[in-house]
Order: sequence, then structure tokens, then C-alpha cells
Amino acid sequence: MKILVMVKRVTDPNVIIRVNAENTSVDLNNVKMAINPFCEIAMEEAVRLKEAGIATEIIAMSIGPAQAQDQLRTALAMGADRGLLVESEESLEPLTVAKLTAKVVEEEQIGLVLLGKQSIDTDNSQTGQMLSAILGWSQGTFASKVDIVDNTLNLTREVDSGLQSLTLTLPSVVTCDLRLNEPRFASLPNIMKAKRKPLVIKPAADYGVDLTSKIKTLKVESPNTRQSGEIVGSVAALLDKLKTEKGVI
Amino acid sequence: MSILVLAEHDNTGLKEATLTTITAASQIGGDIDVLIAGDQCAGAAEAAAKISGVSRVRVADNACYKGLLAENTAALVVSLSSEYSHIMAPATTNGKNILPRVAASLDVSAFSDIIGVVSADTFKRTIYAGNAIATVQSEDTIKVITVRGTAFSLAEQNGSASIGAVTEAHDLGLSTFAGESVAKSDRVELTSAGIVISGGRGMQNSENFSMLEKVASKLGAAVGASRAAVDAGFVPNDMQVGQTGKIVAPDLYIAVGISGAIQHLAGMKDSKVIVAINKDPDAPIFQVADYGLVDDLFDAVPQLEQAL
Ligand SMILES: Cc1cc2nc3c(=O)[nH]c(=O)nc-3n(C[C@H](O)[C@H](O)[C@H](O)COP(=O)(O)OP(=O)(O)OC[C@H]3O[C@@H](n4cnc5c(N)ncnc54)[C@H](O)[C@@H]3O)c2cc1C
Repeated sequence: MKILVMVKRVTDPNVIIRVNAENTSVDLNNVKMAINPFCEIAMEEAVRLKEAGIATEIIAMSIGPAQAQDQLRTALAMGADRGLLVESEESLEPLTVAKLTAKVVEEEQIGLVLLGKQSIDTDNSQTGQMLSAILGWSQGTFASKVDIVDNTLNLTREVDSGLQSLTLTLPSVVTCDLRLNEPRFASLPNIMKAKRKPLVIKPAADYGVDLTSKIKTLKVESPNTRQSGEIVGSVAALLDKLKTEKGVI
Repeated sequence: MSILVLAEHDNTGLKEATLTTITAASQIGGDIDVLIAGDQCAGAAEAAAKISGVSRVRVADNACYKGLLAENTAALVVSLSSEYSHIMAPATTNGKNILPRVAASLDVSAFSDIIGVVSADTFKRTIYAGNAIATVQSEDTIKVITVRGTAFSLAEQNGSASIGAVTEAHDLGLSTFAGESVAKSDRVELTSAGIVISGGRGMQNSENFSMLEKVASKLGAAVGASRAAVDAGFVPNDMQVGQTGKIVAPDLYIAVGISGAIQHLAGMKDSKVIVAINKDPDAPIFQVADYGLVDDLFDAVPQLEQAL
């Protein structure tokens, strides 16, 4: 089975992002970029499936700017066999990303797509579900356990009430949650090896998908910031404030 | 305009998230229908009929909707979609799972986790872990939207909508519900509690969370956790508050042994009053706390419980 792993280049999760002066977007000048943490988990799961003899080949794909090659190299160093950058300088909305990915899935005869449950920049949590809809495949979101036996996928999902178990038919699209695995660090020899692995770049415009966005961003604002309050000296003082000043208990 | 709201329910009754989504829908305007999909869900349908502002409750009661499987439920919603200008659901794990699938099936975009309605086609939502708020406009004919519960008030419940059955079953056979492990608790739900007390890595283990449970019992609070506490196995995943967990905005949020990473703040910084108990005076949580207590939690929490 061939696995496609989707990898997104996003801002580093430890960086606090600010709105730009024009209120049109966020300011990404000189901001450190990284592989979306959830995509890293998806990548790790693919490698484990290959180590277990279930996956035959892992293709890491990113849809994004030329610099996303950095994140694809990271994926290659973790264990992907080859990389594909579907290049677009414009940031594309989830539906468009899903349509482009569906084209790749068909071209490459993919049996399982693994991706993150959300990207930490736009916080949409849509791409996997949309891809699954377009392909007409089964859908396993927010996965915390993936187990493939005899061409069925037993999946555990993190849901609001706890955990849910599903049995999914293959092929399938699975979006990965935080506790699915702990991604490995790429070793130095693997980072070196990754430099020689094939990485193909294709313009997004070549796939015959309409890339225009149906979503217009009218404005981007900063949220109300909270002021830091006061340090109280004791539990008694704290309770007094909560009762008399705030009336919350 | 007419709006279809996919309800969040437990078969016998509605979840509060449904009521806040109805409020968001009523801000858009137009007729509001509620769809109850499930297995043996007549009780939830009756509850939905009482929500003020709802015209019609549509019930799809069939075994194939057990566990609200995304494939079957999305197919059901799509089959009803031609009558509606907006399709909405709470931004719960169900809503997030199902609605993007509906949107792509209809070849339209989706709007996740909105926190404000500007007009029938324009919404506000947070990006970058709540560090920015985007105002976004849809050019699609059908708008597909999930709604953040904490951003809207509860709809009232003195209505009397009609109830009608949707009989056609959409069993796609792509997935099967194989069970669930639901955390049993008599406490108020995390996302609707007036007071939340959360523990982090500083709690050290699962047993120590009983200290927070005791305080919660006295305050009628819910207990939450940071990702670190969940990852370490102290508490189950459904207690995680944050960017990638649950979003809460109670009147009082008490963070115990939590450092205050951006991802955690994203899930609780709209709380009315925030209290932090942490032994590190430089912990970032103090920057958003109304009241901070710099103390060892193993001293402070038992004292707090005693004093209540
Ligand atoms: C993609 C991604 C998604 C994430 N999503 C979330 C999310 O949804 N929710 C979330 O919470 N995090 C999330 N995180 C993790 C987040 O970045 C932090 O790592 C996490 O919130 C830290 O948890 P913590 O504050 O409990 O632990 P720590 O940061 O380790 O803080 C523990 C705190 O406890 C204090 N402490 C220790 N012992 C005591 C004591 N005896 N008395 C008093 N204080 C004590 C320490 O001073 C410290 O401040 C996410 C991270 C990533 C990368």
C-alpha cells in the first residue's frame, strides 16, 4: 500500500504571532517556520506502518511556497521515500488543497492518506474531511490509534466525550491527533540521506483545479488583550477577592 | 434564507452547544430547522422542538447514524441541503468531523469555529491560536459553518416546533461504529461549566487530581487539564483545554500547575476571571491571570478546599 502524507509549512508553534499594521493579515516577516506538528505525527505514523510491513512506499506532499521544500526534506529525513511539492505562492483554501491532493491520490494510486487533524496557523481542521469527501473514501479524523489488519483499518478517535472506535474500509483518509505517536527526531545520517532523495516540484496550476479562493478575508484584528492582574499573598486573600471584588464564588 | 442546524445531542436530550449554535443562526436570520441524526434519538428531537426560534425539527432516526459516522451523516445532510442557504453545527468533534465533508460534497468552502456573525455571509473566527481574529466573507451559495459555543449565548427553550421524520437512510458502508469509551462523571460539562479548575504537569500524577476534584465538588465546577497532563496520562483526553482541545470561557477559571503556553491560553483566555496557582513567579500564566498565587500547589490547593 502506498501512503501519501500531507505536510504543511506553518509558523513555529512557540512563536507568538501578531497582526500587521494594515490589519490585513498577520506579520510573518522573519518568523521562524516549521513543519505543522500534526503533520509530523502523520509522518511518523506512516514510517511506523512501513516498518511494520504494511506500507510499501511513503510519498510526502506539500502544497505551498518553494520554501516548503525545507519541510519536505524533514519528512524525507524522517523516512518518506520521495517528496512532491505542489507549488503555490498564494496560500490556498482547504477545499482547493483537498482538490489538488485528490488529483495526486489518483495519479499515484494511493491507498491511505495521512495528515494532521488541523494546521496550527489557520486552525481550520477541514482538509482531511474534504479530501475524503471528494474521493468518496472512509474518513477517520482525530486519530489516536491506527491499526491495519487484513485490509481493514481499526481506528480510535479522540472525541469530546472520550474515545470512539471505528472500523474503516480502505482506502481511507486519516487525520492525526496529538497522542497518536511521538514523532522521532531525524538522525544526522538520515538528514544527509534525505538530501539525495527525489523531490519533484510541480506548479499547482498544472493540475487543472480552479485555484481562486471563495473566501475573502476582509480584516485581521488583534484580540482583546488581558491585563495581568495582581499577585495575592494567601489563599484567604484570593477567596476574599473572588467573593467580594468579582462575586464569582 | 433558511438554515439547517445539525444538533449535538445524546439521543435523550440536547447538548448546550446546540443552543449556542441556534443563537448564532438566529443572528444570521431566516427560518431555522434542526436536524437530529442518531439511533433512538426521539428524546433529543422532542427537546429540540422546544428551542425558541426553531421552525421544524427533522429527525433521522436510524442505526446507520449511531456514533454520527461522518460518511453517513454528511450524506444525510447533503440530501437535505438544497432547501437551505446555511448549514451549521456546533464546533464539537462531531461538527468538525462532519461539516467539512458536507461542504466538499457540495463543492463549497467551510467556516470553522466562528466566534461572530457580521452578516449572512460574513463571519469572525480566530486564527493562530487565538492571536488574531479574521473577518471572512463567503462567496458560495451555501454557507457551511461550525460555531464556537463560548462565543454565543444559549437560545431560550419555550418554542414548539413541528417534528418530522427523514426516513431515507444513507448507509454508505464505508465505516462502522465499533464502540466508545466515555468518561463517566456526574460533574457539569467542561464547556458549559460556570467554574473550571484545571491541572497541569505540576499535578505530577493522576491521584493528585483528586485534590482538584474535591475543590470542584465544593464549587460545582468542572475539572480540566493542560495537554501535558493528558499526554502524561494523568487524565483522559476529553479534559484537555486549549487550541487543539476544548475551548472554555467560564466565569472563573483556576489554572493549577499550568505554565500558560499559547496553546493552553487559546482555550481559556476568554474566561471572565482567571486565577493562577503556580510556584514559578515568572510563569506566563500570570500575565493573563486576574489573581495570581505564587505558591506550591500541594499547600495551596488543600488550603483552598478547606476554606470553601
Ligand atoms: C500542536 C500543539 C498543540 C497543542 N495543544 C495544546 C492544547 O490544546 N492545550 C494545552 O494545554 N497545551 C497544548 N499544547 C502544549 C503546550 O505548548 C504546552 O506544552 C502545555 O500546555 C504545557 O502544559 P503545562 O502547563 O501543564 O506544563 P508545563 O509547561 O511543564 O508547566 C508546568 C507548570 O507547573 C508549575 N509547577 C510545577 N510544580 C508545581 C507545584 N508543586 N506547585 C505549583 N506549581 C507547580 C511549573 O512552575 C510550571 O509553570 C500544544 C502544543 C503543540 C505543539
